[in-house]
Amino acid sequence: MEKILLKNLDKPDAHKIENYIQYGGYKAFESALKLKPDNIIQMVKDSGLRGRGGAGFSTGLKWSFIPKDPTIAKYLCCNADEGEPGTFKDRGIIDNDPHLLIEGMAIACYAIGASNAYIYIRGEFAFGANRLDAAIKEAYAKGYLGKNIQGSGFNLNMYVHRGFGAYICGEETALLESIEGYRAQPRKKPPFPALAGLYGKPTVINNVETLSCIPAIIEKGPEWFSKIGPEKSPGPKIYCVSGHVKRPGLYELPMGTTARDLIYNHCGGMLTDKPLKAVIPGGVSAPMLTPKDLDTPLDFDSLAAKGSMLGSGAVVVMDESTCMVKTAYIVNRFFSHESCGKCTPCRDGTPWLTNVLRRIEHGEGKPGDVELLESLCTNIFGRTFCPLGDGAVMALRGALKNFREEFQYHIDHKRCMVSGR
Amino acid sequence: MLSEKAKKEIEAAMQKYPNKRSAVMDALRIAQQDGGGHLEKPDMEEIGRMLDMRLVEVNAAAAFYTMYKINKPIGKYHIQVCRNISCSLLGAEHLIKHMEKALNVKTGETTSDKKFTLSTVECLGSCGTAPMMQINDDFHENLTEQKIDELLRKLE
Repeated sequence: MEKILLKNLDKPDAHKIENYIQYGGYKAFESALKLKPDNIIQMVKDSGLRGRGGAGFSTGLKWSFIPKDPTIAKYLCCNADEGEPGTFKDRGIIDNDPHLLIEGMAIACYAIGASNAYIYIRGEFAFGANRLDAAIKEAYAKGYLGKNIQGSGFNLNMYVHRGFGAYICGEETALLESIEGYRAQPRKKPPFPALAGLYGKPTVINNVETLSCIPAIIEKGPEWFSKIGPEKSPGPKIYCVSGHVKRPGLYELPMGTTARDLIYNHCGGMLTDKPLKAVIPGGVSAPMLTPKDLDTPLDFDSLAAKGSMLGSGAVVVMDESTCMVKTAYIVNRFFSHESCGKCTPCRDGTPWLTNVLRRIEHGEGKPGDVELLESLCTNIFGRTFCPLGDGAVMALRGALKNFREEFQYHIDHKRCMVSGR
Repeated sequence: MLSEKAKKEIEAAMQKYPNKRSAVMDALRIAQQDGGGHLEKPDMEEIGRMLDMRLVEVNAAAAFYTMYKINKPIGKYHIQVCRNISCSLLGAEHLIKHMEKALNVKTGETTSDKKFTLSTVECLGSCGTAPMMQINDDFHENLTEQKIDELLRKLE
């Protein structure tokens, strides 16, 4: 497949605007400025693009919810708080091709009538934040940001907002709270951000990868885009592959590539001669797949049908040397560390799960601990304010469903079934 | 107290937003850098005055985000080793133990010469090049014991 999102990654210095323009950049924005904003929204709807942050909501539809009243200020926020363990695609774009994101954002702003945009980037990405600051400065100098852009009468300011260590900021309303200078705890919905978002104004929040698809949709047309991959979730997808494979990294492939093709063809197979044990298909919140599921297309609907999810497209590959109790413990410890503290089931439930998992992992598990984990899951799932607690439960339930005997073995024998220690 | 340079940077950050409070995260980051890697009460009071916020509000923001270090001085080099799933699969625990031995500290501690602070962190988005760690702002990837030893030797 012709690369769309990672096309500039191996070209020299694509982060500099003159190179980006030489590689064909900002043409899509120039053509977009000659179209009516509503036409652009329709094009994005027709393309079938669905949000790449994890939820998979129609991007065009999300944009269409923004009120048309020109007297109301509107905002675009780019969610670059990439924090789902296993995910590193947005960083790939930001570090190497920041103008692709800026161009996608500029088109989005023109379409929804926003004249201010923020990129919310996680604090640890200092290199990326500096890259974006420099790229934004260049875009102002070349007249792609600022007042009366390319003589169109459209004005746009763009700013980088740096997070400072909180996974919850990836939740869109927590992200808004964080920009406003508060603790990043999710807001009640409704009202949805499309009506009352940043500073109470209509706001669109899109992921980096989503926005980076926009220039190609404008340039090559929605029909072209909609023919890549499956009909119901078309387009290119960046899979982030890590763990026990020969060639981990970013792979831009048509949405719906199977796990088998990705691991054994693109990534060169398993790291050693140890066979595959399990794959997390979409970041650690996504329940794991086992070898029998390897032919599942990695797209929103196919994975949902298997009881898992595409999430951020982070594919974590584990071979038979992997202890699932330890994996579950590490993943759950992450969620309890990142729980924002707003609601009780998540704030108290996730550390409780972690404590039980820790003692099982360390050979101190008690009879009934597996049942205790299941009961805690029941009391967290569906009862939390935002999806963080659900994510913790989905991950753990996936491990328990497929590898329950490993947990029981740890408890009964006070040692690991895989390593024997 | 904040330096003149830090104050200027905070004032520039305030221009990005329609209200003052939104600049609090930038202000805390700038103050932390200005203060050699951690925040103290007088800095936060000053930020409060600049942004029309009460100290308790500035503190509430600072305490929420893990990268702000309130009253917690750290070494010249803050080494943060990722402990999450992808790095763990490729031997992060082993590397953490190796660092503890090489630096003669436990995770969370600072060396007696105040040069290194060793911490573990959750996923830093560098999973395709695991195992990895961050030293101050820089990422170091595809780590091995040998690579870590070389890196530590080079840090003055």
